[in-house]
Amino acid sequence: MIISVASGKGGTGKTTIATSFALSIKNAQILDCDVEEPNAHIFIKPEIQEKSPVFIPVPQIDKTKCDGCGKCRQVCVYNALAVLKNDVLVFSDLCHGCGACAYFCPQKAIKEVDKEIGIVEIGIKHDKYGGNLEFIHGKLNIGQAMSPPLIREVKKHINPTRINIIDAPPGTSCPVIESIKGSDFCILVTEPTPFGLNDLILAVEVLRKLKIPYGVVINRSDLGDKKTDAYCEKEKILVLMTIPFKKEIASIYSQGIPIVEVIPKYIEDFQKMFRRITDGKFS
Amino acid sequence: MRVCITSQGDNVDSDVDPRFGRCQYFIFMDTESDDFQAVKNPNMDSMGGAGIQSGQVIAEENVKVVLTGNVGPNAFKTLSVAGVEVIIGVSGKVSEAIEKYKKGELKSTDGPSVDSHFGTGK
Repeated sequence: MIISVASGKGGTGKTTIATSFALSIKNAQILDCDVEEPNAHIFIKPEIQEKSPVFIPVPQIDKTKCDGCGKCRQVCVYNALAVLKNDVLVFSDLCHGCGACAYFCPQKAIKEVDKEIGIVEIGIKHDKYGGNLEFIHGKLNIGQAMSPPLIREVKKHINPTRINIIDAPPGTSCPVIESIKGSDFCILVTEPTPFGLNDLILAVEVLRKLKIPYGVVINRSDLGDKKTDAYCEKEKILVLMTIPFKKEIASIYSQGIPIVEVIPKYIEDFQKMFRRITDGKFS
Repeated sequence: MRVCITSQGDNVDSDVDPRFGRCQYFIFMDTESDDFQAVKNPNMDSMGGAGIQSGQVIAEENVKVVLTGNVGPNAFKTLSVAGVEVIIGVSGKVSEAIEKYKKGELKSTDGPSVDSHFGTGK
């Protein structure tokens, strides 16, 4: 099973929820897909056991074979190539590694070469059930703009025999779609402020388009206004859990400690949330 | 000589478009005859790589000099490899810019003036 944690707005508590959720249930695996700024490891503190670089194929032009026909440029939807009279320029930062240029080159003048975009790290954390929480995250190299290929590499480690918790990046654009697609359920974490609600509505639209069942966790639930509750009620969106704005919780968070390690009540709450997700209503 | 001015409209009374890759029009002009041709920029709303593809348009039009407001790194690279001279910091009406160029008041640049994505307004 794959359960993703997304939000729309940043800073609502996705990682807080995703990590504590993964630590509360048996046979879990957490995949941090926020590869531009992964931070689930701060809460989980896994023992990293494996590191592997991730590459995308980018074109390399054999100038002895190229006749300057311009087909590669025409088929490149990412505008990563310029075909000039005296040269073919490859802007590899714009390349998504789709391979169309090499495939369509009539002269077979394009070879695809590996370009490193980041790394995937795999680790474990002993869970309290005597098993292991598997931990996987991707780290995008500095200067790289293209996170979806790295997110796909992280997601290759999804283990169908486990409960896979995906910590998604904020927003509603490509990296979020890449992270949450294929999920059986998505938890949307929000806060009851005009900003949280605005972005929650955007995230709900995304999930409806992707046809992924979802529910909402309202973090810092006693702050702000009641408009988020009213929205969820009106749209018949299940509120899975609420977490109040408490000094104790903020203080635990500020030390990088998962709330379930200090307040055991939340283990039960997360387990209850898991049962609500898996009781068949959504899958 | 054939020059190109990035323009906000389709005639020489229009203002110079300060963006290169995402300018609204390219005005191609023969500096001897003053004949010109305005072409709507197909890369104006491009998802990415607008500067590169606009550079490609210029290269294919056998232009010697581009007059514009700003140019980003990818566009600059494309234009330089294509052997096109780039003049930045140009503003006012297209016709005025041409006159200034003809009088030799405008100097070409040896590097980009803005970072990538300048023209997206983000």
